[in-house]
Amino acid sequence: MIAIIDYNAGNITSVARALQSIGQDFVITNEIKKLDAASRVIFPGVGAAGEAMAYLRQKKLDVWLRDYIKTGKPLLGICLGTQIILDYSEENDTPCVSLVAGSTKRFPEKLTEGSALLKIPQMGWNSIRLLRSHPVFDGVSPPAEFYFVHSYYPAPADQEVVLGVTDYGMTFCSVLARNNLVAMQFHPEKSGRPGLQILKNFCTWRLS
Amino acid sequence: MISKRIIPCLDVRDGKLTKGIKFKGNVDIGDPVEAAREYYEQGADEIVFYDITASSDKRNIMIDVVRRVAETIFIPFSVGGGIRNLDDMRNVIHAGAEKVSVNSAAVENPQIIMQGAKAFGSQCVVLGMDVKQVDVSDAIPSGYEIVVHGGRIYTGIDALWWATEAEKLGAGEICLNSIDADGVQTGYELNLTRLISENVHIPVIASGGAGKPEHLADVLTKGKADAALIASMVHYRTYTIAEIKHYLSEKQIKTRLFW
Repeated sequence: MIAIIDYNAGNITSVARALQSIGQDFVITNEIKKLDAASRVIFPGVGAAGEAMAYLRQKKLDVWLRDYIKTGKPLLGICLGTQIILDYSEENDTPCVSLVAGSTKRFPEKLTEGSALLKIPQMGWNSIRLLRSHPVFDGVSPPAEFYFVHSYYPAPADQEVVLGVTDYGMTFCSVLARNNLVAMQFHPEKSGRPGLQILKNFCTWRLS
Repeated sequence: MISKRIIPCLDVRDGKLTKGIKFKGNVDIGDPVEAAREYYEQGADEIVFYDITASSDKRNIMIDVVRRVAETIFIPFSVGGGIRNLDDMRNVIHAGAEKVSVNSAAVENPQIIMQGAKAFGSQCVVLGMDVKQVDVSDAIPSGYEIVVHGGRIYTGIDALWWATEAEKLGAGEICLNSIDADGVQTGYELNLTRLISENVHIPVIASGGAGKPEHLADVLTKGKADAALIASMVHYRTYTIAEIKHYLSEKQIKTRLFW
């Protein structure tokens, strides 16, 4: 069974609906007992790092996540759920879950592309460049674009965890992966067919 | 590099499209969920629903539409029209919309923007602005005034001031509709769009006036819009979304071409 971690952080139902559409069973829960029983876990999220971390700590889900990642079972981070697996987020000056070394940073004020001043948040469709192949991205071809909504971006300390990058006035890490963890800044559940393909791949991902 | 977004707008009354939409084989679709599915398949980057249901006791029909749309398409969509308070916003977002658009309610009570941003995040709150060109005056230094109730009532509020104020209050995006250009299909109001887009840091969706792909090219370059709303030109099948995107691509305007 797949579990979606429910931590009061926004649009968990859209992830649930996307899983329904690909015929995948799941539970939405914040109960540690149910999460322990899951064979793989999705950690989604929309919102602010400060409130999200306060909730996770109160439910001891931060500790649970650190233990879970050691079990070797797959974990998928999405958007805020990706940003807060790092050590620290500049958003609300927040210490985070620390599954991956590094921090989540705010886009600089004056981001430009050519002569155009870019808007913050980045809101819309953008592509990713994968630096290596990964089973969760099987069947996703390079021209595919994904839906991003964010003012902060993950900046892992170790470049080896960077699986994919995206250009938005600067090049940032939009996908990170290490062992049983894969985490993305964009929303696969809102990225049409290529996004659903990623979710499908995650649901059948066998770690060798 | 981010793509410019092409966003079809669907008007819904009592759970039905107000005008049938012609699709393949000239099939007329009156169901907003089916129309959303068609546009999703055609490569729409996002969809805007505008609920013009007059009677409040029929508003739950729209919530049901939102729920069914959320089960059918896997791109972002927003819902506007008749959003009066935080409960209305919550109902729409919980039913599955990514974004909720406030317009006249925000003019009457700007705090609704702040409350919405605090409750759901700025990215969920779109400020809808209906704007008419007027003479430049002390009260309206930009020469563009906010109007409400379909352009019938002038508010005395300067459009540029209101856009920057809404950004401060926490709006995550602006959907900028020119009443002068709306429905005429002679092109977007480029000066207005550029004025607003250059003076806020949040994305601006241009609305009103699209009749040809050239109009989108203009508003996405000269108008500096981040996204373009379209209605008649795709509803009547004059153009498909793919045709528009390929035209823009020839003009070196980046859109999402693979879906």
